[in-house]
Amino acid sequence: MRYLTAIYFISELMRGIMAKKAKSPKTNKAELTDYYRDMLLIRRFEEKAGQLYGMGQIAGFCHLYIGQEAVVVGMRHAMKEGDQMITSYRDHGHMLACGMTARGVMAELTGRIGGYSRGKGGSMHMFSVEKNFYGGHGIVGAQVPIGAGLGFANKYLENGAVSLAFFGDGAANQGQVYETFNMAELWDLPVVFIIENNQYAMGTSVERSSAETELYKRGISFGIEGVQVNGMDVLAVREAGKKAIKHARDGKGPMILEMKTYRYRGHSMSDPAKYRTRDEVKEVREERDPIDQVKERLIEEGWADQDSLKAIDKEIKAIVSDSADFALESPEPDPSELYTDVLLEA
Amino acid sequence: MAIDIQMPALSPTMEEGTLAKWMVKEGDTVSSGDVLAEIETDKATMEVESIDEGVVGRIVVAEGTENVKVGTVILQLLEDGEDASALSSPAAAAPQAAPAASPEPAPTPAAAPVRKAAPPEPSIPTNIKMVELTVRDALRDAMAEEMRRDPHVFVMGEEVAEYQGAYKVTRGLLDEFGAKRVVDTPITEHGFAGIGVGAAMGGLKPIVEFMTFNFAMQAIDHIINSAAKTLYMSGGQMRCPIVFRGPNGAASRVGAQHSQDYSSWYAHVPGLKVIAPYDAADAKGLLKAAIRDPNPVVFLEHELLYGETFEVPDMDDFLIPIGKAKVRREGADVTIVAHSRMVGRSLEAADILAGQGIDAEVIDLRTLRPLDTDTVIESVKKTNRIVCAEEGWGQHGVGAEISAVVTQEAFDYLDAPPARVHQEDVPLPYAANLEALSLPGVQKVVEAARKVCYKD
Repeated sequence: MRYLTAIYFISELMRGIMAKKAKSPKTNKAELTDYYRDMLLIRRFEEKAGQLYGMGQIAGFCHLYIGQEAVVVGMRHAMKEGDQMITSYRDHGHMLACGMTARGVMAELTGRIGGYSRGKGGSMHMFSVEKNFYGGHGIVGAQVPIGAGLGFANKYLENGAVSLAFFGDGAANQGQVYETFNMAELWDLPVVFIIENNQYAMGTSVERSSAETELYKRGISFGIEGVQVNGMDVLAVREAGKKAIKHARDGKGPMILEMKTYRYRGHSMSDPAKYRTRDEVKEVREERDPIDQVKERLIEEGWADQDSLKAIDKEIKAIVSDSADFALESPEPDPSELYTDVLLEA
Repeated sequence: MAIDIQMPALSPTMEEGTLAKWMVKEGDTVSSGDVLAEIETDKATMEVESIDEGVVGRIVVAEGTENVKVGTVILQLLEDGEDASALSSPAAAAPQAAPAASPEPAPTPAAAPVRKAAPPEPSIPTNIKMVELTVRDALRDAMAEEMRRDPHVFVMGEEVAEYQGAYKVTRGLLDEFGAKRVVDTPITEHGFAGIGVGAAMGGLKPIVEFMTFNFAMQAIDHIINSAAKTLYMSGGQMRCPIVFRGPNGAASRVGAQHSQDYSSWYAHVPGLKVIAPYDAADAKGLLKAAIRDPNPVVFLEHELLYGETFEVPDMDDFLIPIGKAKVRREGADVTIVAHSRMVGRSLEAADILAGQGIDAEVIDLRTLRPLDTDTVIESVKKTNRIVCAEEGWGQHGVGAEISAVVTQEAFDYLDAPPARVHQEDVPLPYAANLEALSLPGVQKVVEAARKVCYKD
């Protein structure tokens, strides 16, 4: 596909006008309840991680996904078995969405042997070959060519899988992203590029860092179709994701999805957040929260009531609380682990 | 006087070429810009244009002649009004010095020493036939054999396919394996190194060719952060079986940005294996082992060795274990440790030293990580003296590491402080004389060996 179309339906939302009723795609009780549960798990997990960080149980860098849950959950439900995910260091949500256990992720955050990387990776470096999650990458933008490389392997192996490479608005200014766009389109690689535009690269807003702030247009000079999506609407994300993944799976090459989203917390736990006002965050939380939107819809449609939602909350809290207990009880790695996993035996 | 047209140097390292085709015949009138001939070099087939005007008087070197030295007169052109009587016998049949020749003073062995045969490779059966092969072809054969053996092996890089390799190392691979497995990339080292890493994580076995390792600096983040560290960071889950290969170190007269030796850079990094072979047999056996290895491997070749011919065992499955140094010459008085092109210079130095009554042992490290310090230590226990020779800079270099290990582990055996031979501590200059002064040559190895033997 060498032409470019862009669907642009975010601006009214940016003005605080909710358009979900008019535009939200078809759904049903079972799937919307699933999405609610998946997003809530990420929200509560991240809140717990933030709490443990504050208690000194999690150290180093810790980048929370709160506010962006609809992006990864919507994309997860557009994927098929065997499709892969790869992302940056803001990766806890992606791992949970891929079906990795809350215990294994939380224990990695606390640096314990029960973590996915046996305590050797930390927040930014977790993987699960079994769940098709390829990291967890700490260098801004590095996951983009690696994600395209997964697509290269899919095409070479003719396994029908599509690779989903997530990156932020900050990474969207990295040179290697454009090197990758070029090769991915040149070779029609089965990869979807998902730009999670949460408006801030650390503390620098898109307007202050980007000559072209409409990030879905960044593929124009490569002939890559780009679409801007309301990343606060899980159903909109899923629909856009399905189209892009089908496009890639059909051998038509990559697409770019710009997810307009927002992170409520700082860039990392050590972010003083001087670059935006409290009111800005408050407004998004109150008017555009991805989880609240689904909650309201569930109630409006009569698919849930306060009691059933409370039951889900309770169930999620139990999973998160169990993961925290596990993460604090799991022992630190044995000192002998220091020297393992450097090289594989030839 | 007729104008003598000489075999031109068409690349920085070209010393000879094949006169593939004459585009003119005797009696033709040529003007400036007319194509005279096609010349095949070690890198490419190129057209040679006339810069003079006249009539082709005599074609001196026949079409199809191979190994025509740079500077050889290949055609004589008659200028306006001249006739055949102006044709002299070409004076330059003895070629001028090739521009790529090392300006280093030629070593003068006093007595012709007999080079002691190196002990045979333990993995090579002694009854095996040897064939002559250039390093370039040995590398190509290694890739082709592994690609035949494992359909997951593919090669990607700039000009690896249709151009047949910037240095012709991948010549013929496109014809045999097709465009799916021999992939031309755009000039985007950072991007295609990352795609290679992703392909490896996705189940393939990529060979990523860098036209030279100088350009891999753009990709070093993926080599180190993405390839070398992921196994560890994933607690042993995520494999990255990939080979990054290409020429490394100084070529000839190409200036500071195109002449860097990255041996110590990569050898510094846990999670990588780093190989720097000298001869064709090691190039082949070690590249095959690298492709089969489940870890990321940096394979440092040398442009100035590509055209050199060595004996290679004629075996179906010739593998050399990674991580084993090779004693290339046995000796009793001093150990010279080197890798890549410095092995050849060290062997030359050993010949000169033999004529001066110093019996040098030459160890070819072959692999820089893991480093076979046992072989070095054993040698030092015998010779009690060591010279470390490398083409890169000295500070934090391979020689610095070897010296430290020997000092720590064989201190009591040393009769002299370890000596190091390396490039001068400057960016490599272009001027011929300055370049020669900067690079470590045979004479510097000889001097260092004499010094640790207290002969100066």
